[in-house]
Amino acid sequence: MMAAWQLCVLFVVSAVVGYFLISQVPSLLHTPLMSGMNALSGITVLGALAAAATGHQGLAFAAIILAMVNVVGGFWVTDLMLKMFKKEKGAAHDE
Amino acid sequence: MNDTVYLIIGILTVLAVLAGISAMSRVRSARAGNAIGAIAVAVVLVVTLCKHELFGQPMVLVALIVGTGLGAFGALRVKMIQMPQFVALLNGLGGLASALVAYGSLNVGGGLEKYASQIALAVGLLTASGSAVAAGKLARMLPQRPVILKGHSVIVGGLLLLTVIAVIAKASTPVLIASLLFGVFFSIRVGGADMPITISLLNSLSGVAGGVAGIAIGDPVLTCIGGVVGASGLLLTQIMGRAMNRSLANILLGRMTVTASAKGTHAKPEAAASAEAAEASAADSAPTEAEPAAPMSAEDRSALLKEILSAAKDVIIVPGYGMALAQAQASVKKLADTLTARGAKVRYAIHPVAGRMPGHMNVLLCEVDVPYEQLFELDDINSDFAACDVVVVVGANDTINPAANTAEGTPIYGMPVLAVGDAPHTIVCNLDDSPGYAGVPNSLYQSSKSLLMFGDAKATLAELLDLLK
Repeated sequence: MMAAWQLCVLFVVSAVVGYFLISQVPSLLHTPLMSGMNALSGITVLGALAAAATGHQGLAFAAIILAMVNVVGGFWVTDLMLKMFKKEKGAAHDE
Repeated sequence: MNDTVYLIIGILTVLAVLAGISAMSRVRSARAGNAIGAIAVAVVLVVTLCKHELFGQPMVLVALIVGTGLGAFGALRVKMIQMPQFVALLNGLGGLASALVAYGSLNVGGGLEKYASQIALAVGLLTASGSAVAAGKLARMLPQRPVILKGHSVIVGGLLLLTVIAVIAKASTPVLIASLLFGVFFSIRVGGADMPITISLLNSLSGVAGGVAGIAIGDPVLTCIGGVVGASGLLLTQIMGRAMNRSLANILLGRMTVTASAKGTHAKPEAAASAEAAEASAADSAPTEAEPAAPMSAEDRSALLKEILSAAKDVIIVPGYGMALAQAQASVKKLADTLTARGAKVRYAIHPVAGRMPGHMNVLLCEVDVPYEQLFELDDINSDFAACDVVVVVGANDTINPAANTAEGTPIYGMPVLAVGDAPHTIVCNLDDSPGYAGVPNSLYQSSKSLLMFGDAKATLAELLDLLK
C-alpha cells in the first residue's frame, strides 16, 4: 500500500508524462484521442470494485455500471472512428 | 494476491496505456494504440477482481455485465454526427462513478486521503452535472444558445468558492450540493462555438476526479491513469483556447465568446478595409471580377461559377459546423471527387475549433471516405490560400472571419483564422449571411472575390456539381 503523498507525486508525474505524449498526437486525431482518454477515465471501475470489497454494495453496484459504460462505450467508439481514417487509394507507397 | 504483485501488474498496465497513447500519435498505429489501452484496462480489471476476491459476488458480476452491455449498445447505436454528445455523456458517467467511489471512501484513511475524497467527490459531481448539461445542449434537448442569467459570473464564482470552502471543511453534503450546482451553471452558459473548450475541460476533470479518487483509496493505477487523462484534457483545452484566443483563466472565470456589445459595431470599418484589400488584389485578375455593389443575374453568376470551377487546378475546401448541421459531408466529397476527376488538386483546411469538439470535422469527413492526407490543419495550409485557384466554404463563418485580424474589441479579435480572404475566388456555401456564433459580421461576404450561395449546403453543393457536368 502506497502512502497518500507518494500517490500525489505519482499523479503529478503521470500527468506530466501524459501531457508530453499527448502533445505528439496530431489535431487530425483529436476526436478519437478525446474519446479514448474518456474511455480511460472509466478506469475508476477499479475504485468501484474496491468499494464493493469494502462493503459499499449499492454504491459500488451503481459505480461499476457507470464506469463500465464509460470504458466499453468509449473504447468501442474510438475504434469505430479510427477505422474510418483511410489513406488515399493508390497512395500506399509513402509511410 | 499480495500488494507487490498488484503493484507490478499496475506498473505494467500504466506503461501499456502510455505506449497505447504514444501509438495514437500516428494514424497508422492509432487503432492498435486504442486496442492496447483497452486490453490493459481489461487485464487490470480482472486482476483487481482476483485481488479483492470478487468472483463470488454475483452483484459485482451483474454490474460488470450490465455496464458492458449498455456501453456496447450505446457504441453500436451512436452515429458519427452524435459523437460530441456521446463523448460528453460518457464523460459525465465516468465523473459520476468517480464521485461515488469518493463518497464511499469519505471516512477512510488519514487527513490527506480524506481531503482527496472530498476533492474527488466535488470534481466528479461537477463533471457529471456539467457534462449532462453539455450533452443535453449538444443533443438539442436543452436550448442551444447560451443561457446567461443576471450576475451569472457571480453565481458561478460563488458556487466555486462554496465548493472549495466545503471541501476544506470536509462537509460532504454542502460539497455535493455546491459542486452539482456549479457544474450546471458552468455549462448552461455555454453554447455553440464554446463547446469544444467546454468538452475538453470536462474531459480533463473526469480524469482528475478518477486520479484523486485513486489517491483517496490508495490505488496507484487509478491515480496514474487519472493523471494522464487529466493532462490530456488540459492540453486539448489549451489548444482549443489558443485557437479561440482565450486563456484558461478566461474560460474558467466564464467570459465566453459572446458579448452583447460586439454585435454590429465594427461592421462598417471592416467592410471598408476588406473592400480596399479586394480592390488592391483585383488588379491581377480583373476580368473575372464583379463589382461588389452590382447585383449579378443568376445566369451571370452561374456562368462565372462554372468558369472558376472548371478552370480550377488547386481547390481548398473549408468545412465548418454548418456542414455537419446540413449533413452535407457526402455532397462535399462528391464535389471534391468531380474536381479531382477533372484534374484539380483538392485539399481541406480544418480550423482547430471547427465543429463542436476537437477534431470534429476530420471525423465527419473521414466517415465519407475523404482520405486523411487531404485534411490540413490551419498552420499547415494557411500560407497556401493565396496560391490556390478557388476556396469553397461550407458552413464555416467565425473561423474564416477577417475581423479576427482587424476588428479590435470584437470577441474574435486575435483568434487565428483561415486566410480565405487571400484566395483569388471564394465560393461561400453557408445557410445565410448572418454573423456566426461570435456575433461579428463577416466582411468576406462583401468582398468582390466572394460568390455567395446561401441556402442549404446540400442544395448549393448540388448546384455547383450540376455546373460541372
